[in-house]
Amino acid sequence: MPSNIQIRLATDRVNYTIALNQRIPKIYTPGEVITKQNEFMRGHGTYEENGDLKASVAGVKEEINKLISIRPLKCRYNGETGDVVIGRITEVQQKRWKVDTNSRLDSILLLSSVNLPGGELRRRSAEDEHMMRKYLQEGDLISAEVQNVFSDGSLSLHTRSLKYGKLSQGVLVKVSPTLIKRSKTRFHNLPVGANIILGNNGYIWISPIMNVEESSVGGFVQNLEEVISKPERETISRLRNCIQALAQCKMMLYDTSVLYAYEESLKYDVKELLIPEAIVDLGILTQERISMLTSG
Amino acid sequence: MSRKELISKVGLRLDGRRADELRRIRCKLGVFSEPDGSAYIEQGLTKVLAAVYGPHQVRGNRLKAQADAVIINCQFSMAVFSTSERKKRPRGDRKSTELSLHLRQALIAAIEVEKYPWSQIDVYVEVLHADGGIFPACVNAATLALIDAGIPIKEYVCACTASIANNNQAMVDISHEEEILGGPTLTIVALPMSEKIVLMEMSQRFHLDHLKSVLEKALEGCKNTKNILDQAVQNHIVDVGASTGWASTGEKVKR
Repeated sequence: MPSNIQIRLATDRVNYTIALNQRIPKIYTPGEVITKQNEFMRGHGTYEENGDLKASVAGVKEEINKLISIRPLKCRYNGETGDVVIGRITEVQQKRWKVDTNSRLDSILLLSSVNLPGGELRRRSAEDEHMMRKYLQEGDLISAEVQNVFSDGSLSLHTRSLKYGKLSQGVLVKVSPTLIKRSKTRFHNLPVGANIILGNNGYIWISPIMNVEESSVGGFVQNLEEVISKPERETISRLRNCIQALAQCKMMLYDTSVLYAYEESLKYDVKELLIPEAIVDLGILTQERISMLTSG
Repeated sequence: MSRKELISKVGLRLDGRRADELRRIRCKLGVFSEPDGSAYIEQGLTKVLAAVYGPHQVRGNRLKAQADAVIINCQFSMAVFSTSERKKRPRGDRKSTELSLHLRQALIAAIEVEKYPWSQIDVYVEVLHADGGIFPACVNAATLALIDAGIPIKEYVCACTASIANNNQAMVDISHEEEILGGPTLTIVALPMSEKIVLMEMSQRFHLDHLKSVLEKALEGCKNTKNILDQAVQNHIVDVGASTGWASTGEKVKR
């Protein structure tokens, strides 16, 4: 029997906000008039009524030249070309896969935009269409890049690089896409002994470091035989809990913040990181280290 | 107690409010982590939870998907323990189905439906404690949850009830006790900023002469509710935004 089970009353709820003392920008709420002048262009999160530009979401104003938009603090993933995303196959159709990427509509991965086993320069035959379920089937996780965005807002993905493809052993963490900091590299090799992919769509993949020689198979192999040792599993679980804690505290996620959180978390057991007090403590400690970095 | 004494001689109601006072409203955004948006609201003793999923791909019946508008799917349910007499089923009865439809109608007025073709938005509301004015509380909670989910709406949709006491005095935000003792209840859903009425419902007939004053009271109630909700949304955004350092919203952060 597990000896210590934590049960608490709703009144003992812990407040996760670790607000910094800083200038608060003007906050717009739906229906609020942004400007009465009609020389501005309306961007996302705004609409025009009777010549006034009004906000349609709650958030902060973003102004680029004449374009005004309001960015909400939480929303579904809006894809842009070049983003790296993690997705889960929901459907196998003719010549394409449907992928759930936390976006408004399911994304599309065409058979012609994946690397098939047997080299780059290979014609796609009818056989490949029949074999599609052998490559990727429903429930499989993939990493991919956004190739383009269709007019209805759905995304077209591609995996035409050896970096992308099917994911094998690891842990998926889902957070809000707005918490992922934009940066050039999405694949991080953390010195603590794990790989991490920060998908722009808020899906984060943590995997152990595998010593596989990348071959021309195009990322359709799932090495499920390799046994992951217990310390490695603990590292991954700790990373997962750290990311979850940072997300709970609504802190931005990028390689440095994850790494700092990991280092600060070492004084706790892995499972203790699920306790609200530990989460807040971890958030504050990480926040402090990041602010030291920016000021120093 | 007779119907005539809903407001006492000194102008106080059964629970000590004046005729134009709302019950205390407390609300919280982002109460769940799994849905895209969620909210909790307390209006007096009426407690409602709302969760919003979407906009997402239409699941189930594909044929329902529309090329020009988003499908809005609402589900109203009341917890079996929410009323003084235990309910047999939380949803699916006639009253719940009707309220689901009304809620959908109210939300369609505010959501920019044409922005999201081929998708669907699910709104689930659950009454935890019913003490009069459950439908208005549901509408208000759903609005907050939509805002939390970052779904564009034209403006706040607010709802309020009003009734008539002592045969000529209008009063706002009717509690359960007053609902039983008193007479007709007028429920309105409005867009308070543009003063448009989206939905209006009366539980009983009353004289046409009173309609104007009761309607005005209810609209006033909607406006006051909107101000309270707006304050709650602002506080929530400040809390969340300060932790992220406003980085996700384009404000420059030093590295």
